[in-house]
Amino acid sequence: MIQVPETRISPPQQRHELQSAAALQTASASLKASEIRKFLLQRGNSALADRWFHVLMLLCALSIFGIVLLIAGELAIGSSLSWGQFGFDFFFKTYFDPYTHLPVYWDPVNGHFSALPFVYGTLVSSFLSLLIAVPLAIGVAVFLTEMCPGVLRGPLAFLTELLAAIPSIIYGLWAVFVLVPLLREYVNPLLTGSLGWTGLFSDDNPTGLGFVAAAVILAIMILPIISSLTREVMIAVPHSQREAVLALGATRWEMIRMGVLRNARIGIVGSVILGLGRALGETMAVTMVIGNTPEIHRSLLANGASMASVIANEYAEATSNLHRSALTEIGLALFVVTILVNAVARLLVWAVTRGAPARSR
Amino acid sequence: MKLETNTTRARFRAITDNAVTLLAVLATFLVIAPLVAIFVYLIYRGYSSLSLDFFTRIPKPVGEKGGGMANAIVGSGILLALASVIGVPIGIGGGIFLAEFGRGTKLANSIRFTADVLNGVPSIVMGVAAYALIVSPHVRYMPLLGHFSAFSGGVALGIMMIPTVCRTTEEMLLMVPHAVREAALGLGVPNWRSVLSITVRTASPGIITGCMLAFARVAGETAPLIFTALGNSFWSTSLNEPIAALPLQIYVYAISPYDEWHKLAWAGALVLIVLIVLAVSLVRYVTSRGVLKGAS
Repeated sequence: MIQVPETRISPPQQRHELQSAAALQTASASLKASEIRKFLLQRGNSALADRWFHVLMLLCALSIFGIVLLIAGELAIGSSLSWGQFGFDFFFKTYFDPYTHLPVYWDPVNGHFSALPFVYGTLVSSFLSLLIAVPLAIGVAVFLTEMCPGVLRGPLAFLTELLAAIPSIIYGLWAVFVLVPLLREYVNPLLTGSLGWTGLFSDDNPTGLGFVAAAVILAIMILPIISSLTREVMIAVPHSQREAVLALGATRWEMIRMGVLRNARIGIVGSVILGLGRALGETMAVTMVIGNTPEIHRSLLANGASMASVIANEYAEATSNLHRSALTEIGLALFVVTILVNAVARLLVWAVTRGAPARSR
Repeated sequence: MKLETNTTRARFRAITDNAVTLLAVLATFLVIAPLVAIFVYLIYRGYSSLSLDFFTRIPKPVGEKGGGMANAIVGSGILLALASVIGVPIGIGGGIFLAEFGRGTKLANSIRFTADVLNGVPSIVMGVAAYALIVSPHVRYMPLLGHFSAFSGGVALGIMMIPTVCRTTEEMLLMVPHAVREAALGLGVPNWRSVLSITVRTASPGIITGCMLAFARVAGETAPLIFTALGNSFWSTSLNEPIAALPLQIYVYAISPYDEWHKLAWAGALVLIVLIVLAVSLVRYVTSRGVLKGAS
């Protein structure tokens, strides 16, 4: 990378150089040179302006650190009440009703707050969605980089990008009116019938909402992120790797497996983790289909709630300071987890694409 | 020496190869299918409920027919304008720093990394932070603060725009050839002037599309608005009051039990997606045409 020369030429010297340069030119150019000289005389000393400009741009860039610190600070202050009251128990302990002996996780009216069902809901829906999305995303990336005829590559890549641009609220709307009825009528009975013996699928939920619906819509939403990053990582694998494997007599699949996937695996893991980060924090679509009941069920077809969905549902109408503080603490947990997950993912992707040539689209 | 002595193994390898090809094609179809399904259904449901009323009327109470989302469209416009005023200059400034001043330094690398990580922070967390910063009743040091308002929604969206704008600006500025900068500096133009009127201007088509991409992203954001802008079923253009927004209105209507409202939600979703697809296609067109090639 070439560095811009930062040496500053003092004005008189500069003017002198311009004059000598102009002397080489014809008469018409000397007119221009005098204009430049006039301009140079008018502007005066630019070192001060340059320094101010530098500082201003630095402040803009530092604002990104500022935002992260501000969010962390605000969330920490907002959740201090709940933290003081519950401590770490907030994420683990449950309160059992003395009469019915049933667990009560989240009861704002009586002041029982435990984030356990929301953590459970977030983890279950996210991992279930990864289970659906990862094989598909890798399949798409393999198809787009290794198999697809050149004519189709552009439009298909554009379509997957478009999938990433659709707002979450529209996925939610579609899920509520199309996906959930579809699951309720056809898929859920099928799952219960074939896999009911595992205890994970018991179809006693007539709404069709629940973890499976949330996982399917999440999978659709994180697919483009995983597949586009996987594609980028696979493009970054040098062609010589592919050619070497092919020259040994490998079929195309063997070439992809040994030459491409094996070299790109760290980056692929990174893109999957990035998709996980997106799934953990996804709010609107999940809120609309997960059912929003703060309970833990073994069945994946049961209603549940996620960390993001409970904030979206209750924050604006929080009944007490403690309630709001507890919700803020869930937000803080979500913030910390997504920051960590994203940082790990970025480092992994960066490790693979670092030496790669400029991204080809 | 015979190549391929084991024919069953050769056949097995060929079959595996074909099966994988088939699976990859199948995966691609499975991914494209929901996209097509969403678009077809959206156009089908949305188009049938779109009318002139949708763009000119405000929502009517439950049970009355008609009504539209004029206030939500205007509200979204106000929120996005405010967000752009906050997000675009700061984002571009940050991008200029990364590409022009801090290139290759530890500081720039860590800022770039933080921007990427910040991009992945869920929007609902931004909403909670904006609530604590601006809306919370404990905040009483300025007139606009301490209650639900359009201002707080705009700030939440603006903060979300900064990392995206910053990173795309940087990427676009990095594509500007060094010869252009050197030519400007060689003529004795001060550095700030060279950056603003030479480098940034050369990269401006790319920067503008980057801003539009960020704009399209926050245009569909609902989560940070639920407890900042709150929504409003009447006309309001004041920054100091709760304001309606298109995604928020779609959310409220979608989870309501009324058929009439569902229709309006679909119409709103269609309007939103048309705006976003237009923006994304424009971005795609500009970046694929390589506007920066003429500069080198």
